[in-house]
Amino acid sequence: MKMRIFVPRDAGAIAVGADDVVAALEQAAEKRGLPIEIIRNGSRGLYWLEPMVEVATVKGRVAYGPVSPADVPSLFDAMASNGPHALRLGLTEEIPWLKRQTRLTFARCGVIDPRSVGDYRAHDGYKGLERALTLTSDEILADVTASGLRGRGGAGFPTGIKWKTVAQASADRKYIVCNADEGDSGTFADRMIMEGDPFVVIEGMTIAGIAVGATKGYIYIRSEYPHAVAAMNAAIAVARRTGYLGERIVGSTHTFDLEVRVGAGAYVCGEETSLLESLEGRRGIVRAKPPLPAHKGLFGRPTVINNVLSFAAIPFILDNGAKAYADFGMGRSRGTMPIQLAGNIRHGGLFETAFGVTLGELVDDIGGGTFTGRPVRAVQVGGPLGAYFPRELFDTPFDYEAFAARDGLIGHGGIVVFDDSVDMAKQARFAMEFCAVESCGKCTPCRIGSTRGVETIDKIIRGERTSENLAVVEDLCNTMKFGSLCALGGFTPYPVLSALKHFREDFGPAPATLQAAE
Amino acid sequence: MTSAYEPWNEARGAEIIAEHDKLEGATLVILHAMQEAFGYVPEPAIPMIASALSLSRAEVHGVFTFYHDFRHEPAGRHVLKICRAEACQAAGGDALAARVEAKLGIAIGSTTPDARVTLEPIYCLGLCATAPSAMLDGRVVGRLDEQRLDALVAEAQR
Repeated sequence: MKMRIFVPRDAGAIAVGADDVVAALEQAAEKRGLPIEIIRNGSRGLYWLEPMVEVATVKGRVAYGPVSPADVPSLFDAMASNGPHALRLGLTEEIPWLKRQTRLTFARCGVIDPRSVGDYRAHDGYKGLERALTLTSDEILADVTASGLRGRGGAGFPTGIKWKTVAQASADRKYIVCNADEGDSGTFADRMIMEGDPFVVIEGMTIAGIAVGATKGYIYIRSEYPHAVAAMNAAIAVARRTGYLGERIVGSTHTFDLEVRVGAGAYVCGEETSLLESLEGRRGIVRAKPPLPAHKGLFGRPTVINNVLSFAAIPFILDNGAKAYADFGMGRSRGTMPIQLAGNIRHGGLFETAFGVTLGELVDDIGGGTFTGRPVRAVQVGGPLGAYFPRELFDTPFDYEAFAARDGLIGHGGIVVFDDSVDMAKQARFAMEFCAVESCGKCTPCRIGSTRGVETIDKIIRGERTSENLAVVEDLCNTMKFGSLCALGGFTPYPVLSALKHFREDFGPAPATLQAAE
Repeated sequence: MTSAYEPWNEARGAEIIAEHDKLEGATLVILHAMQEAFGYVPEPAIPMIASALSLSRAEVHGVFTFYHDFRHEPAGRHVLKICRAEACQAAGGDALAARVEAKLGIAIGSTTPDARVTLEPIYCLGLCATAPSAMLDGRVVGRLDEQRLDALVAEAQR
């Protein structure tokens, strides 16, 4: 019998040598005359163990990692005999880091062959769509609303309300747009799910199309993710061929088709209105709201625009019911959140769990602290526009409102860990500089405020009139926060002000010392 | 080694435009296709795209210049992109960025005088759990350290 071996095609696994491991496995099999079948799955998200190789056994899949090509010959013998090996991790499903998770959205990621619709279906795929096809639009909308699902891109707007607005709008055509322009450093959940389980995104978007009466959808993927673009295009082609996209999907009266569009390296295009401008073929300059995209979105038509993770959560909700989803979580943050542990962290990866786990548990317990072995000093949550939290705030539960109450945000669920070698004045400067470079230029607070911000922080770093310039930075931040048209300028104050507030000692000498020096 | 890109040719440019001009909002799609064929977006392509899409030259020029991805001139034979975003900074990315600049003798954002290597910043490859990371000619590399970076630079210089 052929030995079935799984090696991820996920970009994160490829970046640490998965393709070389595949080549070595093929070579070893040929040399031994043993027939093998290599399945390129997605990643399970245990990145410190990538490339993680799994082999199917009668008891379930057994994992080994991190595997290098040099390990392959001995690994091959261990896999064939199910014997001991230094890299053996045991049954994959029993790995504690994986077992502790609640995987609703990522249930199939790393398990199935992402290019096989048959494998997707064999693991409960398309059950949500099948049920949606038996419901009225109102019934689907009621389920999505009752699930408590909120936008996974940043602000956490209720998905059900957004959909309902589009469903009620009348127009000659409507659109579904998937925001796959995940530009925040420390976040990679979109990339992982598109590469590891692309059909779940397609299914979620198809259900949205049926719910609101849209027949065309676009997935706008950032150009920095070529592997995700390839995976989505491959899955769309399969879905079309098998009747899951196109006219009369799975024998119903509904038509829905999808197209992938690739961004061109502009961070601001992750903002929904700027993304729509870019999809229309223009500069990605933000639009003033109202009108909301739900009323006037892509090409002026009513448009549902959601993040990848929002669409990917939909099939579970339709298949298992709103309550099954809403039963997880805390407060008004319902369901699970795929949390991404990144940066200087020992156990970096994707950890999907119900809302409510504390930041400290995530960083120290699950993440295992830093990989440099030095103390954790700061963690940035929610991407480049998210706040820096010190250890004193590690009791903050992962919940939209709890983070907001401490001047932070969850954003897309990315956590970037820094050790004590970090210079927080430099990080604050970087946030301003990033905003200056990526500003679309439409509004003055963002365009000018960020440039003045860089200059002023530079003065502080040089020790020029520290307290006066700190006041200027705070003033600039207030102007940006309340005067900017979109979240780029509006949220840049989060990293800057949090760095100032919690790590004041990094912003030059105290004023008294400075005067003495002068 | 010969370049994988075609030299600019008006007829080929027109062909590329014709492949995509029926799409809704085709500007970015066409600019990407031009760059894929020629390695950059040649200036004469701009008025051709404008006329095919019934836009002004200024509009197409505006789109072309807005996005970081589009090149105004050919890149070096190899393109090395190094991630400069927070997760990579946290994992020692700043020191590696300085090292690659010193090794190649150029600043990030420029091309070596022998036109072998273009060094560019990139803001997040989504490899934040295996940071620091880079991309050489479309191939992703994670868990960079001095040794892996030096090997990557040597490969780019070949």
